[in-house]
Amino acid sequence: MMGLSRKQMRRIHGIMFKLPLMITCEVFEDFILAYLDDDLPPKQKFVFELHLKVCRECQEYLRAYRASIELSKKGGQADAAFAPGDVPEDLITAVVEARKA
Amino acid sequence: MSGPGEQSITSAGAAGELEALRNGDRAETERFVRQHAGWMLALARRMLRNGAQADDAVQNAFANIFKNLSRFDQRSALKTWMHRIVVNEALMLMRKTHRLREEPIDELLPVFDESGCRIEAEWAVFQTPEAVLQQSQASAKITELINTLPENYRIVLMLRDIEELSTEEVAEMLDLSQANVKVRLHRARAALKKLLEPLMGGQAL
Repeated sequence: MMGLSRKQMRRIHGIMFKLPLMITCEVFEDFILAYLDDDLPPKQKFVFELHLKVCRECQEYLRAYRASIELSKKGGQADAAFAPGDVPEDLITAVVEARKA
Repeated sequence: MSGPGEQSITSAGAAGELEALRNGDRAETERFVRQHAGWMLALARRMLRNGAQADDAVQNAFANIFKNLSRFDQRSALKTWMHRIVVNEALMLMRKTHRLREEPIDELLPVFDESGCRIEAEWAVFQTPEAVLQQSQASAKITELINTLPENYRIVLMLRDIEELSTEEVAEMLDLSQANVKVRLHRARAALKKLLEPLMGGQAL
């Protein structure tokens, strides 16, 4: 595979992905969520993993996609940390008063 | 391991507090508000990104909680029940201010050539999430990038991946089909991946 540009590789893939049991990257894309949720029936899972085995672009894509989920989960949750002292006193008063009324 | 006796004491204590709260006991109400206002406000701010609206969402949520306390089913966790109420109040404010309108996300989605092959830039460096998160300010930067997503996608990503609600719950809250929630979640993740690429590619914050 050495020496081939990404464009040449894509041309070869374009032909290969027409073979039986092969799917294009575009179809692969539509199965990612179900694959990660382990929601694919066995045959579709096989087809998905077969594509993954031969397609470096999709390997890299899936790796970054997974990493991105982890980053948003951990980053988003860490950034949401809240100090109890941050609650404005007038908000607490307003809530307590509103209940009394 | 806690024996059955210990467990019943704990739940009896919690039931007593809940009873005082239901009866409108002022001291108990204040204690309860102080205990929960922090995480509720943080959640509302995360969703609304607007301090004044977040305050409103929390006030509305407390009103809703007090009103429905008598109907609260003790088989589910109190905090889970309250969490859903805050999310719903925040969503209601978003709808009122038309923030959940449809916005396109296409330019952040992956690109394919005419035979369906993915067109992606090559990774020179790939930093693991752990390495990215070790940098100070990484979380703030990630949140900032999440906040640049179109609102109708951002909210699905937040509720599913950050608040960890189920597809079913999010579908119900947003009045969407479960299939639609899945499509939106995938697109939001794909778009966020595109936005996070410089970070994962080793770019300093």
